[in-house]
Amino acid sequence: MDPIIEFKDVSHRYQNGQDVLSRLSFSLAHGEMAFLTGASGAGKSTLLKAIAAMLRPSSGQVIVGGADLATIRGGRIATHRQRIGIIFQNFNLLYDRTVFDNVGLPLVIRGWRHQDIARRVRAALDAVELLGKERVYPLTLSGGEQQRVGIARAIVAKPDLLLADEPTGNLDPEMAQDIMGIFRRFNEVGVSVLVATHAIDLIRQLPYRLIHLEQGRLSEQGPVSHGDLHVTP
Amino acid sequence: MSRRKRKPAPPRDGSESRMPLLSRLAHGHAQVLVFTLGQLSIKPLGTFLTALVIGITLAMPAGLHLLVKNLGTLSHSWERSLQASLFLKEDVDDAQAQALSQTLRTRPGIDQVRYISRDEAMAQFREHSGFGEALDILETNPLPAVIVVFPDPKQTPATIELLVDSLAKLPEVDQATLDQQWLQRLYAILEIVRRGVLLLAALLAAAVVVVVGNTIRLDIENRRDEIVVMKLVGAPDGFIRRPFLYTGFWYGLSGGLIALILISAALIAVADPAARLSGLYDSDYRVAGLSFLGLLSVLGGGIALGWLGAFWTVSRHLSKIEPT
Repeated sequence: MDPIIEFKDVSHRYQNGQDVLSRLSFSLAHGEMAFLTGASGAGKSTLLKAIAAMLRPSSGQVIVGGADLATIRGGRIATHRQRIGIIFQNFNLLYDRTVFDNVGLPLVIRGWRHQDIARRVRAALDAVELLGKERVYPLTLSGGEQQRVGIARAIVAKPDLLLADEPTGNLDPEMAQDIMGIFRRFNEVGVSVLVATHAIDLIRQLPYRLIHLEQGRLSEQGPVSHGDLHVTP
Repeated sequence: MSRRKRKPAPPRDGSESRMPLLSRLAHGHAQVLVFTLGQLSIKPLGTFLTALVIGITLAMPAGLHLLVKNLGTLSHSWERSLQASLFLKEDVDDAQAQALSQTLRTRPGIDQVRYISRDEAMAQFREHSGFGEALDILETNPLPAVIVVFPDPKQTPATIELLVDSLAKLPEVDQATLDQQWLQRLYAILEIVRRGVLLLAALLAAAVVVVVGNTIRLDIENRRDEIVVMKLVGAPDGFIRRPFLYTGFWYGLSGGLIALILISAALIAVADPAARLSGLYDSDYRVAGLSFLGLLSVLGGGIALGWLGAFWTVSRHLSKIEPT
C-alpha cells in the first residue's frame, strides 16, 4: 500500500540559517499511528508544518496522499489541508464562536447543509465526550475540554490523516491520557495519526511506532515499548 | 471485445452532504451577507461614522452634478427665450414692416415673429420708463419700429447667431441685436464646472476606496488569528475573503443611502427659495432631483466602490497572513 506520508531526503533551513531538518526520509502507512519525539528544536513542528503545507522544505520531496507538496499552489493548498485534521498545543480555537461553530467550521468551508453539519458536529462532539456543550463558548471550558473541541474540529470531516503538535503539552496527565485514548480510537477505525509529543512517559507502553528526531535527523524508529529513548522536554 | 462496465466509485466522504455548486455558492453568499450585516450592527457607531464619511464623500460629486444639471436645464430655458431685435430703418413704413414680418414667419429657423410699430414702441416706453410727461415735449417719435424674432429653440447658439447675422443684412433692417454673450459665458463656466465635477468625482471615488480599504484593513488585523485558523482548517482564500467583501458592500450601500438622504435634504432646503427666485423671473422652474438612474448610480457607485476598496485591501493583506 502507498504510504500516506512520505519524506524523501528532506532538508530545511530557516532564513536565519538554522538547519532544522537534515536529509530526512521516512514514511507513514495508511491507517498507521506513530509518535514523533525529540527535544525542543529537533524539528518535530517543522516536519508537521511541511506535511500541512505550511512551509516548503529547502530540498527533498514531501508526498502526502500521493501528492508532491512542492507542486501545489494557491487553492490546492487549501484542498490539501481539508484532507488532513490538525491539532495544536494551543488549541487554535475561535473564542468568539460557540463550540458548535468551531467544530462545524471545516464543514461550513466545504459548503455542507446546516442539518448535515449539525449531525456531524454532534457525532464529533460525542466522540470526544463533549456532547451537550454545543452552545458553550470555548473560554468557559477547561484546557482539556478545549483540546477536545480542537480534536472534534480536526475529525469532523473524517480526514484520512490526523496531525497533532504537542496536543497534551498544556494538559495534566489524566487529561493527556484521555486525549491519547481519543487518538487511538480514531486510529482503530482506520485514520492515520501522527502525534508530535514530548510526553515519552505517556506513550512508553503504547504499541505504536516512534519516530525520534535529533537535530533534524532521524535517530531512531521502532515501537515505543521497545525503544530506549530519552527525550528532553 | 466486451468492455466491462466499471462500477462507479463510491462518493468521497461527505460529498453526498454537499449542496450542488450553485446552491452552495448562493447559500454561502446569502449566509455571509447576513452574517456581515450582523457583525456591523454589533458596532453601530463605528459603522455609522464610516458610512457617514462615505456618504458625504459620495454626496459631494452627486450634489455638484445636480447643481450643474439644474443650471444646464435653466440655461436651456433661457435659451428658449432668446430673441433677436431687428431695428428697422426710418424710411420703412408700417406696411413694409408688416410684409417683412410675414416673410420672416415662413423662414426656416424662426419660431415666432412679433412686430412692434413705432407708436407701440413709444406707448410701451411711456408706460415702463416713467418719462411719460417728458416724452410729450418731443415733436416726433424717435423710436424705430422693431421686429422681434424668436429663433427656433432647437437651434444651437452658433446657428442662431448666423441667422441674426443674415437678418441684419436685410435692406429694411438698420441694426440687429442678439444678447447671448452672457449665455455663452454661462455655458463655458458650466462646462468647466462639469469637468471639475468629473475630476472631483474621480478623486472622491478614490477616497471612498481608501476609506473602505483602511477600515477593512483594520478589520483584517483584528481578525488575524481567525484568518490563520481558517487557513489551517483548509479555507480557500475566496471563502476567507468573502466576509470582508460583503463588509465593503454594506459600507458602500449604507454610504450610498446616506448620500441620497443628504442630497434629498439639500434639495428640500433649496426648493422653496429657488421656487421663489424663479417666480420673481416669471418662471415656473422647479429644482430637479436625481433621476431613477441617478439614484441607482449613487447606490451602485457606493456599492461598487465599497466592494472595490475591500477587494483591494483583502487582496493585498490576505496573502501576507499565513499559518506559521
